[in-house]
Amino acid sequence: MDINGQDLIRACSAIGAGLAVIAGIGPGVGQGIAAGHGAAAVGRNPGAQGKIMSTMLLGQAVAETTGLYGLVIALLLLFVKPLG
Amino acid sequence: MNQAILLSAENIDFMIHGIIPVEFLGQTVWITTSHACILIVMAILIVFAVVANRKLKKATEVPDAFQNIIELIIESLEGMVRGSMDKWAPGFINYIGTIFLFILISNISGLLGLRPPTADYGTTLCLGLITFSLIHINTLRHNSLKQIWIDKCSPLPPWLPVWLPINIISDIAVPISLSLRLFANILSGTVIMSLIYGLLQIIAIGWPGILHIYFDLFSGAIQTYVFCMLTMTYIANACGDTE
Repeated sequence: MDINGQDLIRACSAIGAGLAVIAGIGPGVGQGIAAGHGAAAVGRNPGAQGKIMSTMLLGQAVAETTGLYGLVIALLLLFVKPLG
Repeated sequence: MNQAILLSAENIDFMIHGIIPVEFLGQTVWITTSHACILIVMAILIVFAVVANRKLKKATEVPDAFQNIIELIIESLEGMVRGSMDKWAPGFINYIGTIFLFILISNISGLLGLRPPTADYGTTLCLGLITFSLIHINTLRHNSLKQIWIDKCSPLPPWLPVWLPINIISDIAVPISLSLRLFANILSGTVIMSLIYGLLQIIAIGWPGILHIYFDLFSGAIQTYVFCMLTMTYIANACGDTE
C-alpha cells in the first residue's frame, strides 16, 4: 500500500477533526452546571420556574458557542479540506 | 462491510448546491439552494403577512381562530421586546419581530424538506452585520463622542488608551460570534439529520421524526430566541440609560 502526501494530509485532517470536537467537553460541563443551578433555584422558588427556565436556556445557548466553534473547525477540515 | 459503508456514504448530502450560473463582472456566481430556500421562506412570510393584513382590516370584536393566532403572535413578540428593552422598545418592535419570524421559519424549514437558509454562513453573517450596524448607529445617536471615547477606554482613565484595541476587538467579535452561533447550531442539526438519512436509509423510517422535533423545532426555536435576545440586549446597551 502506497501512501502519498495527499493521503497523509487527509488522514491528519481526519485526526484533527476528531481532536477539534473535544471542544465539546467544555460546553457539556458548563451546561450541566447551569442546569444544576437552575434546578436548585426552582427548588428554592418554584413560583419563578418560567423565568428561571428561560434564563437558563439563554445562558446554555451562549455557553454552547465554544463547542460549536470546535464543530465548525471539524467540519471545515473534513469537507472544505483547506489543507489540500 | 467497508464497501457498503463507503457506498452509502455517497448518499449523504447536506452541501449547498449551485442551481443557475450567473455572469457577474466577469465572474461566474451561482444561484444556490440557499437563495431558493430564502425565496421560499420569504414567499411564505409575505403570503402570511398579506392574508393577516386583509384579515385585520375587517377585524371583529370577538376574534375568530385566525385573528386569535395573529394577535397571539404579535402580542408575544411585543411582550418579548418590551421585556428586555423597556423604553427603547417602540422603535425596535418591527425589526425584532421581522427577524424573529424570518429566522424561526428558516430554522424549521428543514421540516418542509428545504435546506435551512440559516445553515449557510452567508445568511447568518448578514444578520450579524445588521445587528453590528444597529449597535454602532445607536451608540453614535445616543452618546456624545467624548462619552464613547471614555467608554472605549473603560477600565482605565481616558487619557491612557491602552485598553482601546482590546475593546475594539471585543466589538468586532460580536457579529462573528452571533452569526457563528446560529450557523453552527442549525448546520449541526442539518448534518446529523442527513447522516441519519444517508447512512441508515432502510431503517430510517418514522423514528427520525423524534430527532426532527429536537434538531429542527426545539434547537431552531431556542437559537432564534437567543439571537433576538442578544440583539436586543446589545442594542439596549448601546442606547444607554440616559433619558
